[in-house]
Amino acid sequence: MRYEVRFSGFGGQGIILSAVILGRAAVMYDNKYAVQTQVYGPEARGGASMSQVIIDDEQILFPKVAMPGIFVIMSQEGFEKYGANAPKDAVMLVDSTLVHSRPACKYLEIPGTREAKQTLGKDIVANIVMLGALVASTHVVSEAALEKAILDSVPKGTETLNIKAMKLGIDLGKGSKQHEVT
Amino acid sequence: MTRTEFWQGNTACAEGALAAGCNFFGGYPITPSTEVAELMAAKMPKKGGVFIQMEDEIASMASIIGAAWTGARSMTATSGPGFSLMMENIGYAVMTETPCVVVNVQRGGPSTGQPTMAAQGDMMQVRFGSQGDYAIIALCPASVQEMYELTAKAFNLADQYRVPVFLMADEIVGHMREKIIIPDSMAKTPRKALVKGTLPFKPDADLVPGFPQFGKGYGVHVTGLTHDERGYPCTTNPKLHEALVRRLVDKIESARHAIADFDIINPDARQVFIAYGAPVRTVQQVMHDRPDKNIGFLRLRTVWPFPEYALAEFKNAKCFLMPELNLGQMAREVERHVRVPVVNIQKLGGELHTPAELVAALEAHR
Repeated sequence: MRYEVRFSGFGGQGIILSAVILGRAAVMYDNKYAVQTQVYGPEARGGASMSQVIIDDEQILFPKVAMPGIFVIMSQEGFEKYGANAPKDAVMLVDSTLVHSRPACKYLEIPGTREAKQTLGKDIVANIVMLGALVASTHVVSEAALEKAILDSVPKGTETLNIKAMKLGIDLGKGSKQHEVT
Repeated sequence: MTRTEFWQGNTACAEGALAAGCNFFGGYPITPSTEVAELMAAKMPKKGGVFIQMEDEIASMASIIGAAWTGARSMTATSGPGFSLMMENIGYAVMTETPCVVVNVQRGGPSTGQPTMAAQGDMMQVRFGSQGDYAIIALCPASVQEMYELTAKAFNLADQYRVPVFLMADEIVGHMREKIIIPDSMAKTPRKALVKGTLPFKPDADLVPGFPQFGKGYGVHVTGLTHDERGYPCTTNPKLHEALVRRLVDKIESARHAIADFDIINPDARQVFIAYGAPVRTVQQVMHDRPDKNIGFLRLRTVWPFPEYALAEFKNAKCFLMPELNLGQMAREVERHVRVPVVNIQKLGGELHTPAELVAALEAHR
């Protein structure tokens, strides 16, 4: 089984880190193959940031994603630049706090940024909330693998906060209704 | 026990260098190679090695040459603009037979061009960019795994042949993260020491002189001027100059079978891809999607010295198809060696050839 996942948001949200964590979970803890690539631009903060991950049971040859089947979109500009043309059979998780548009494909509204701020008191972990929701709704990697990869990747002292964010995201992902193509 | 990692290509390059015993890095950070320097700065001091950020790439190249003469396994990493600045001292390293490793994570040129996009535009510069006639060794990785393995191999080749060895990567391979299996240890070729009482630039049968390391009791003159076997300048003797330059070239060219590293797939094929670096991955995808004995593949890891004898393995080839992220630099080299058409599948702009583009080329030249 091959999954192609695209993350987009604005610089500083941890879009690239989300993709690295997902790829790491697949390779290190689910014993699969993964390739992670990203768009490098001069914009470190602000601006639309984008990163993609391919996850496969087989070795990955061509490393680039043409059109992903799964989208995680965390900003309006990110939606316009990297989400608006999602194919009809794709599924998109939108951070409904920050993204106002909705795609022409199946989508889930996950209030990642609002929940991170209100429930956990830190909007910086919104990307981890979205990762939890992604894994709960699409099973691209196992929840156990995601948890280990998050622990590998986040700064010391923030482990508890990040695992809470992941679990919050998993609950949001499981409880969220999938909007069908209209 | 081997271990698995999920690493960026540039991380694998730095880790491969450290595993090979690299203990000196002198460099000037430049996109898309910066992560190599970054990791070396963090890790090298903890291993007892030296990391120096130099004032520019001219000095970076000079620093790794000096370090090599103290016995260090030395390296620098750069991209196009920095690589251009290194050219003079690369020639000096060739003339003084200094073993060192230069990583070039290629980006779009000319000039500062496209810092964050991939290219393979420096394949001729690496071979001919410094003045005079000379020979070097250049390797091209196509995966994160090969960023690790070929970096380590580069140090061994540098020490064996006393020549600068180049890892000609590209932004795609340098920046992507993927699965890598780290071997327990890397084979290490020792630098051949100079036998006491032998002149310092007198070659052995393999055309490579033993290395008179600084601090080991040798008084050696090291110069970029044409020199005799004592190392002293001798710049107006035509025969001596010709013999020296021919030896510097021949020690590499005559060893090209030993240096060569390539795979041959479907040698009886009529249409044959040739690729190195990132485009290898697109060819692999096409070969996987269309299993066909009539599509062959010469997949190069050693690009210089060019292993032209590998081309003769494809006896039924009606054409060679070469996807490159340039306007056909290595295709021109292949054309020198074959009588059938060489189809140059050019790509500029920073993106990798898609499988569909290569399939279209196959169909067009069937």
